[in-house]
Amino acid sequence: MARYPLRAVALLYLLFLLVLPVGLIAWRTFEHGLGPFVTALRSPSAVHAFEVTLSVAVWAVVANTVFGVGAAILLVRHEFPGKRILGALVDLPLAVSPVVVGLALILIYGRFAPVGGWLERHGVQIIFSLPGMVLATVFVSLPLVVRAVVPVLEELGQEQEQAAHTLGASRWQTFRRITIPGIKSALGYGVVLCLARALGEYGALAVVSGRLVGQTQTLTLFVEERFQNFDQPAAFAAATALALIAVLTLLLTRFLRPKD
Amino acid sequence: MAIEVHGVNKSFGTTPVLREVSVDIASGSLTALLGPSGGGKSTLLRVIAGLEQPDTGTVVISGVDATRLSPQRRNVGFVFQHYAAFKHMTVYGNVAFGLEVRKRPKAEVRKRVAELLELVHLEQLADRYPAQLSGGQRQRMALARALAVEPQVLLLDEPFGALDAQVRKELRTWLRRLHDEVHVTTVFVTHDQEEAMDVADEIVVLAGGVVEQVGSPHEVYDNPANPFVMSFLGPVTRLDGHLVRPHDIEVSATEQPGSRAATVVRVVRLGFEVRIETRVDGEDVWAQVTRGSAEHLTLDPGDTVYLRPVSHARTLAAA
Repeated sequence: MARYPLRAVALLYLLFLLVLPVGLIAWRTFEHGLGPFVTALRSPSAVHAFEVTLSVAVWAVVANTVFGVGAAILLVRHEFPGKRILGALVDLPLAVSPVVVGLALILIYGRFAPVGGWLERHGVQIIFSLPGMVLATVFVSLPLVVRAVVPVLEELGQEQEQAAHTLGASRWQTFRRITIPGIKSALGYGVVLCLARALGEYGALAVVSGRLVGQTQTLTLFVEERFQNFDQPAAFAAATALALIAVLTLLLTRFLRPKD
Repeated sequence: MAIEVHGVNKSFGTTPVLREVSVDIASGSLTALLGPSGGGKSTLLRVIAGLEQPDTGTVVISGVDATRLSPQRRNVGFVFQHYAAFKHMTVYGNVAFGLEVRKRPKAEVRKRVAELLELVHLEQLADRYPAQLSGGQRQRMALARALAVEPQVLLLDEPFGALDAQVRKELRTWLRRLHDEVHVTTVFVTHDQEEAMDVADEIVVLAGGVVEQVGSPHEVYDNPANPFVMSFLGPVTRLDGHLVRPHDIEVSATEQPGSRAATVVRVVRLGFEVRIETRVDGEDVWAQVTRGSAEHLTLDPGDTVYLRPVSHARTLAAA
């Protein structure tokens, strides 16, 4: 009966890796009841961090959904030179460390870089402001929608789309009425994964945001900054809030995962 | 002519699939594209529909050069072998699709879909989803969907290929009747010669990307243009260096003018017909006779019989 020792090892492993740390955060957050938790999250800088996180995540999800569906259709339905390069590029963000992403963006869009300098003279600031943070988040969550949609699009095949064409549907009508409903649940799954990744991003944002409290501070940056300043109640409250959001999105993905 | 295909060539990569194919299809006819797998028949159908672009050549539909038109603008109905049902729509939604994308008034769509569902006997199943239908029902739904937009031509790619034998036979009789009712120019692809002869007015035999012969079922069966067509359309056997239909061989117990002596190897009874397998000068020859004449001859393996083609038999010199 090797089953029981194996189970015990697995449970113990998860206990120390996952359950204890998360449980402790929850315990520290709520040890004096719900009141301090609510108060900590209602401080102006926390509320602002929530708002920044939300707008960065929403823009990143919108960009990655549009790009993801487009790239998936290109990769599955079309033959063109450079297709394999596109496929490899889409996966690149999985391999590159977010900190490197942040530094790379500063090299291009920073105030003293050619592109960034030109944009700055035209009144657009990328680095240390929202556009740069959206760019960084888009980069790190790029493959999620594409990789969720590609296999379903492949399985769907082209016949339904061709049938729609012969019935007089335009490309757009076919896309809207046949392709989108066909990939709906996979797309939803990809979008939720992308949202979860965007909400939890830290490394790339730490570099490109400049960590300006009350300006470019997201929730993850807020947790780190409060912790460094010995404001543990606020750090734990925000961390718990992030964990709760993560659990919520996890439940959503369960619900949306394409059934096979 | 409803469809005129002229000088069409098509290759996939370096493999030629259609070579100088020219076919005219008369308005209101029911035509079968018949040939072995890989002969190019499905590709020709897809070229007519606009789902494939020919490398050279033209496709004219109802007098209009459609060669460069997208499938959307050709007004053809296309029925796929595996139905291509819109899985997320009900039977009603599937059939209504072509009318809805044309922005027809709702009342008109409802009326037309009801008519079509009645035509294909699916009026009770309008609210079902394709996954809840049998293969035959899905195929009829696909047909109604294609007919809904009143296409100038109806194209069916191996329409019964994915169905079991019983349903297949029912559906092909039904397709014939439907065509007699609706009169839309119809072209269907099949590799089954019996299906082609049963259903079609006209048969186009395609093999190796080349049109081998065009004619009525009767013509292609009785006057095959070459040994390939002859052996593809029905059973053949070789007698005296000629291809003959086994039912065109006269078997007698006594020598006749022009007959050849043969040794009976086996006698197989297949219900009404009897198959007599013989050897003539070391070559296998078989004849198909009725049960009555077989009983009259009382044949046993080892007996000697005399074979010759019947007087009206069409024979071809074997290649």
